[in-house]
Amino acid sequence: MSGSVGIVMLVHTALHRAEQVARHWRAAGCPVVIHVDRNVARATYQRFERALSDDPGILFSPRHRCEWGTWGIVEATQKAAEMMLDRFSGVRHVYLASGSCLPLRPVQELVDYLAARPRTDFIESATTADVPWTVGGLDAERFTLRFPFSWKRQRALFDMYVEFQRRIGFRRRIPSGLVPHMGSQWWCLTRQTLSAILQDPQRKTYERYFRRVWIPDESYFQTLARKYSTNIESRSLTLSKFDFQGKPHIFYDDHLQLLRRSDCFVARKIWPRADRLYQAFLTDSDGAMKRTEPNPGKIDRIFAKAVERRTRGRPGLYMQSRFPQPGWENGITASPYSVFHGFSELFENFETWLARTTGARVHGHLFAPERAEFAGGQAVINGALSNSAAKRDYDPAAFLTSLIWNTRGERQCFQFGPRDAQAINQTIARDPNAQVSVITGAWAVPLFRSNRNFAELRKEAASLQRIESKHLDILRAAQAKARIRIWNMAEFIEAPMEPLQTILGELGSPAPRHLAEAPKMVDLTGFGQFLQNLKNQGMHPYLMGDFPVDQGPATPSEPARKPYLVR
Amino acid sequence: MGVWQTYRLRMQRKRWRIRAFRKRRELSSVVNRTAAIRRDDILLFCTQRNERLRLPYFLEYYRGLGVDHFLFVDNDSTDGSLDYLRDQDDVSLWHTAASYKRARFGVDWLNWLQRRYGHRHWCLVVDPDELLIYPFCDTRPLRALTDWLDASSIKSFSAMLLDMYPKGRLDAQPYREGQDPIEIARWFDSGNYTLKKNRRYGNLWIQGGPRSRVFFADKPAKAPALNKIPLVKWDRKYTYVSSTHMLLPRGLNQTFDEWGGEKASGVLLHSKFIDTFSVKAAEELERKQHYAASVEYRAYAETLRDDPELWCKWSEKYINWRQLEILGMMSKGNWA
Repeated sequence: MSGSVGIVMLVHTALHRAEQVARHWRAAGCPVVIHVDRNVARATYQRFERALSDDPGILFSPRHRCEWGTWGIVEATQKAAEMMLDRFSGVRHVYLASGSCLPLRPVQELVDYLAARPRTDFIESATTADVPWTVGGLDAERFTLRFPFSWKRQRALFDMYVEFQRRIGFRRRIPSGLVPHMGSQWWCLTRQTLSAILQDPQRKTYERYFRRVWIPDESYFQTLARKYSTNIESRSLTLSKFDFQGKPHIFYDDHLQLLRRSDCFVARKIWPRADRLYQAFLTDSDGAMKRTEPNPGKIDRIFAKAVERRTRGRPGLYMQSRFPQPGWENGITASPYSVFHGFSELFENFETWLARTTGARVHGHLFAPERAEFAGGQAVINGALSNSAAKRDYDPAAFLTSLIWNTRGERQCFQFGPRDAQAINQTIARDPNAQVSVITGAWAVPLFRSNRNFAELRKEAASLQRIESKHLDILRAAQAKARIRIWNMAEFIEAPMEPLQTILGELGSPAPRHLAEAPKMVDLTGFGQFLQNLKNQGMHPYLMGDFPVDQGPATPSEPARKPYLVR
Repeated sequence: MGVWQTYRLRMQRKRWRIRAFRKRRELSSVVNRTAAIRRDDILLFCTQRNERLRLPYFLEYYRGLGVDHFLFVDNDSTDGSLDYLRDQDDVSLWHTAASYKRARFGVDWLNWLQRRYGHRHWCLVVDPDELLIYPFCDTRPLRALTDWLDASSIKSFSAMLLDMYPKGRLDAQPYREGQDPIEIARWFDSGNYTLKKNRRYGNLWIQGGPRSRVFFADKPAKAPALNKIPLVKWDRKYTYVSSTHMLLPRGLNQTFDEWGGEKASGVLLHSKFIDTFSVKAAEELERKQHYAASVEYRAYAETLRDDPELWCKWSEKYINWRQLEILGMMSKGNWA
């Protein structure tokens, strides 16, 4: 019998695989017409032709030079399709495949499937306005500009000529009666539709037009099928995935299970050396899979993820093949974290309290001048990140991003203050993942509680105030993207629990566990006087707000505990 | 980058090429089987000195990945590695007694051999203690990678050096010939690396890992570079500039994405830190044939005397490439 499904194969490399696949089609009774790219050496071609000459169901069509994106491919397809329709009168559907296509399901299933849909043309075909498929910014323009230069070999000329045409406002006229459509190059058309396209009285006109369209193999048949088909199903029966540059993904041996589950009839492109795939799918139809509608959706995810990884990458990761320029990180760090500025000065055992309350990992001053104060006093932390100050200060941003990357899945909190290395400030301020809470002027508390000479204290206070003020400028700048809250100390101790509660709420620990216990504020009796003394020495501390001199700050030395956080 | 800078790099590239051409005299062929190299073959270039113990596994590993031909420069070995290599059917071998240092740590020699034999081949340049890991290396041969790189018009593939070390003292477990060194040196640092872009050559400069953590904790700027671009579709016009850290023309160094995406990359498992190391370190210190007056080896020697342990509580135990991918040491990019 002469099969009802004819296969047109376009071949340009790995001829031994093409031979294998052609024989597989033939074994199911499908006639095959093969086109071999003119670029294949004559000797190689002849050997290939000879090898298949024993089978009258395999014909070779006249060879054309097929360069990607040019007319040659369409011409080759036309010739081969004509030959198919001429020589095999029983053919009802013509399936266009390439040499690197591999039938995934028994061919008989494809034949039955098409026999049950004798009038349906399977060809992906969409208008340019509706799909964002194109690469390189040329969509509608493929049909309205002229493309005489090769994109692969003459890129500069190609680009220049496109630019030139845009400049002078050149637009080609699209032949009347045609609405440009495009889609996958791999289709399956009925004899009726295909012969109508090939015998169209206006074929010469259309050809002249499409010769200068860019990538005509994705638009010639796709457009003309719209003119003639009575029943288009706009999808390709060939599973083919494209990456972000519009080049097909390749299937390897380790995709075997994936392809088994794909339910598609044919897949491309297969790596020619994927022996296991060829072996698995070109054996007899015993391994028949369940009869279902083709559904490439299962494979979609894995390839969509690959494209995503290539174009967007993993936020917060800096490594040998991902090193985004500032502003292109799409996430400076991997996940949210909190910076507490002035809290551990104002509250006793703030870190312990915070860790207990939130379950987050709470570090001390990570940027302290002596060493990074990791939680629990560890010398090394996740990822073997060391606490050496020299290493940290060598690249503070890398230190922070590494820490956050290494501890993905666990919220990190750390203390910060004007005594710490300040080089990191810009990075944190720019980072939307940072939650920065600042009590300004709290650096004065340890000074106040210390037992040092006043002249020394005065000097240090002046320096700390200057540093903090610079830091505040950064945090208040328009470019700052972090979630920043700033209170001055006086204002904060008025009602400390309210801000604390907000911060904890954001920290994302599911409804702060019983906050039966509030952090204990240090005793500030005499703090006002201390500030006044500084003022008297000519150093005006202003960052902490107003503290009356008389009887110390107007806060209860025993902060009210219960009412606030119990929700 | 201005015209002037481009011109200077071009002159520099020519200079390195001329230098390599001059240095070819230092190489004398021991056995030359390069006639067997076919058009598409993947070639491996390596300089070695007294690595007899490591060579069997090294060859086995890379043969397994699908390297077709090995080109070795033997720098005056005394441990019989010359004879061993001579007997391998897929090895071409050159010998030299000249200074490793003055051949810019072997780069000149290999530049010459690559220019001569590597043109239009995928060339892998690695040391005997470096094992290449790339995405899907457990299921796809190296040829699958190079075919994909070809199809994607990518000419160079980066694989940073990942220092592996054992748990406990470095010399606790002796290395046997033919053994996978990663069985001993199974641990690595996963997240303490710093990257800087080298404006001049356009490559990344990566530092960190256990060497930086233990030997260079107070002077991290001096820690050795870990960035490597060992796999290149070679053209006789190319040259390596400094080890395999960077190349000219500089476009080949652009193995990283700067717009947020990830390019495909691999890792070179570096199994230097096993029991053979202390001997090696002492010898190298003696010979003073290494980079920056062997400052690295001096640092090792000092630290190693007291406590030769690189392992720490947060060291990561090596499993496979997928683990390295998840940890962000390497990436599949858009290869799926």
